Amino acid sequence: MTLAEAPLVLILIGLAAYAVLGGADFGAAFWQFGARGERGAALREHAYRAMGPVWEANHVWLVFVLVVCWTAYPQAFASIFSTLSVPLFIAAIGIILRGTAYAVHAGTAREIERRAIDGVFSISSLLTPFALGTAVGAIASGRVPIGNAAGDPLTSWLNPTSLVIGTLAVASGAYVAAVYLAGDAARAGLGELAAAFRTRALGAGVVTGAIAFAGLAVVAYDADRLGDNLLAWPAVAAIATSAAAGLATLEFVRRSRFEVARYGASAAVAAVVAGWALAQRPELLPGLTVEKAAARRPVLIATIAGVALGAVVLIPSLALLFGLVLHGRFEEQAAARSSDRATFAPRRPRLSLLAMAAVAGAVGLPLTLVFDGGPFLAVGVLALLTFVALASVALGAAAAEGDGRRKRL
Amino acid sequence: MIWFLLAAVPFAPVDREYLFEARQMQALSFAVHIPLVCFGIAFPAFVLFMEALWLRTGDRVYRTIAKRWSRVMLALFAIGVVTGTILSFELGLLWPSFMATFGEVFGLGFTLEAFSFFVEAIFIAVYVYGWDRLSPRAHFLSGIPVAIAGFTGSLTVISVNAWMNHPSGFTLEEGRVTHVRPLDALFGNHFLWHEVMHMYVAAYIVAGFLTAAVYAWGWLRGRRGRYERVALVVPLTVAALAAPVQIVVGDWAAREVAREQPTKLAAFEGLHETEKGAPVHLLGWYDGDEVRYGIPLPRLLSLLAFHDPNARVTGLEEVPADERPPVNVVRVAFQTMVGIGFVLAGISAVYLFVWLRRRRLPRSPWFYRVVVAAGPLSVVALIAGWVTTEVGRQPWVVYGHMRTEAAVTGASGIPVGYATLVLVYAGLLLAVVWILRRLARAPLDVQPGPSGVAPLIAGAARPNAEREER
Repeated sequence: MTLAEAPLVLILIGLAAYAVLGGADFGAAFWQFGARGERGAALREHAYRAMGPVWEANHVWLVFVLVVCWTAYPQAFASIFSTLSVPLFIAAIGIILRGTAYAVHAGTAREIERRAIDGVFSISSLLTPFALGTAVGAIASGRVPIGNAAGDPLTSWLNPTSLVIGTLAVASGAYVAAVYLAGDAARAGLGELAAAFRTRALGAGVVTGAIAFAGLAVVAYDADRLGDNLLAWPAVAAIATSAAAGLATLEFVRRSRFEVARYGASAAVAAVVAGWALAQRPELLPGLTVEKAAARRPVLIATIAGVALGAVVLIPSLALLFGLVLHGRFEEQAAARSSDRATFAPRRPRLSLLAMAAVAGAVGLPLTLVFDGGPFLAVGVLALLTFVALASVALGAAAAEGDGRRKRL
Repeated sequence: MIWFLLAAVPFAPVDREYLFEARQMQALSFAVHIPLVCFGIAFPAFVLFMEALWLRTGDRVYRTIAKRWSRVMLALFAIGVVTGTILSFELGLLWPSFMATFGEVFGLGFTLEAFSFFVEAIFIAVYVYGWDRLSPRAHFLSGIPVAIAGFTGSLTVISVNAWMNHPSGFTLEEGRVTHVRPLDALFGNHFLWHEVMHMYVAAYIVAGFLTAAVYAWGWLRGRRGRYERVALVVPLTVAALAAPVQIVVGDWAAREVAREQPTKLAAFEGLHETEKGAPVHLLGWYDGDEVRYGIPLPRLLSLLAFHDPNARVTGLEEVPADERPPVNVVRVAFQTMVGIGFVLAGISAVYLFVWLRRRRLPRSPWFYRVVVAAGPLSVVALIAGWVTTEVGRQPWVVYGHMRTEAAVTGASGIPVGYATLVLVYAGLLLAVVWILRRLARAPLDVQPGPSGVAPLIAGAARPNAEREER
């Protein structure tokens, strides 16, 4: 791996994470779509409950992919977004709908409202993965030339390869979601829901596998170079890994061993992303190798360093979140009246803070007004912020305590 | 589709037909997203402050407020996530030439921002879903990264905006950037600091006055219990302290603009000719040569821009006509922002004066009516401020280096996208109003339930029931 390729590896990791985790979120919406009656309501509720704590973080992977792409491969990013503006815009609309569904869900009171809302918003489960899949197909089949909207606005993403990858994206999301939701239901002791999602996982797994294999044939016919490479070393190893992981997952799901299946399903999807990358190497777009597309050296180094720095924060944070979710810490049974465990040391907020705030303000105001730059201005501005913070704490707490407490202040 | 043939040179602008729509679409997306950013920055601090008061005093009313507000925070964050994602899409969808040429110079800012975004998303979930599940101390601590990430996220995004306004850290040779120094470009840029501080303080003002406005409205309609009182005074106090400070920060910002972007400063006032002791005209209209029908305030512009009433201020005439921003848009936006800023500071003065002298809240209903108005007004000021700086930057996307029309996409269909986005955002606005009203109608204390969010609804049909916190 060269320096120029390193950010691409980061992009692919992000893309795989989004295909798995973001895909699972849209897949959950897929199963919410059309679920009716009391059982359907339970199913939909479960999908929100299980995905609620993680969906936002799952969607940030897409932002991560975009920003690393435009930093490290700006020409490729610009070419892709201008030629594929239609599917990418459709995907964006789907993302808005999905986020709105989560925000609004918290307020739904009656079954009829929930059905209406889920019905509208579940469209996103089809729109976004399908549109993003067609965009991937466009890139993979070499239909995005370098330049500002230089490709065909329609046939670039409405072609056999795009359509099959779009369909695959919808199906694989539904499949991963079903596996996850079965696991979450089983852990929460909701046997009936676990069984319902087990059935869906098995069905979706078979369908997804079938689409994937049919897809290989379509790609071989439509985009020979990609098709040839997919079936040659090293991409074929990734494809084989995906197939093996998919089959193993089906078996685990059949035996209701959902926790292992969770990882198997994720691996099956991630391996497809790896296979695509290996098959397309070394060209990002036709005539644009990764080496040529890469930004200047200092930018690549700064990007990698920035991501490394971010990873130091991100990895433990993600581990914490997924640890809490996967150990069922956010579920009903876990709810202790933790407030009863709180120990209080009742103290009244003191206004001596206010005196400190006044000093900060008295220092900050003249410095900020007089200096046009340099350390004195910086001290002045920070002192003003300190004034706002301290005075807010002192006055806010005192005012919250109420009227007529004058002597305490 | 003739423009395909014209696209022989990569990223030469191929079709400027939709520049107007692209700009409007971008502006709409920012206008929807930026008020949500304010809640992302300031609201976690409000919620944590309430929780800290609970932990200190054991008074459950604080806990109830913190818990309810945290749900509002989550709902608004969800909308913020998706509208923010749209913005990152639009950079590529609408401005590919800008991205192709300069993406590598400022991209690091967004790369770092992605991690702030991650941290915010992760810990907001831990915090909101962790009520009653985590120990009180762990729960409180889990909220702190949200407040920090709100600041670091805005810092890194605004570093990009500051770079667009005051670009450095690269050399441009034959349309390609060379000698890129991303850290210098983003964080070695002194233009960053006033922008980020101005926005950060604005976030507390907007979130504070909007939240206070909700409870001031309730106050006028007779909802004056302890719960409502606490929920009113805390955000109002923060906003009331931040609003006067914002005037000082804004003065600093104006001096920076005067020094680095004299044409933008001239557009604030509509100053055509360079002059010493330049005046400010309140209201009025710039007709291409001078401001008509305005109320002149002699020497004020020189005083504001350079803290010297006789300072020489550069006029619009110094640059060719096609390098001037649309003066009246900038002028009206600037005066709107400043005018509202002073109104908000006036509200602050009344509130703080009454509180410090009498240790009580103002009694006149007019005070509460004005606070109700201050909520939306603060949003208007926020958006007017961004219009001032972003329209004032025109015709440049990268100040002095790339014109906006050279940045735009050659894709057709932008008007269709724009119309679609208008419809979707209109629906989004309705959804937000609906959910906030629903959350407000829920009974005050609820037992924790399955998702930590949904059970709140069980009693939603019974407004104002079960106020057991009293």
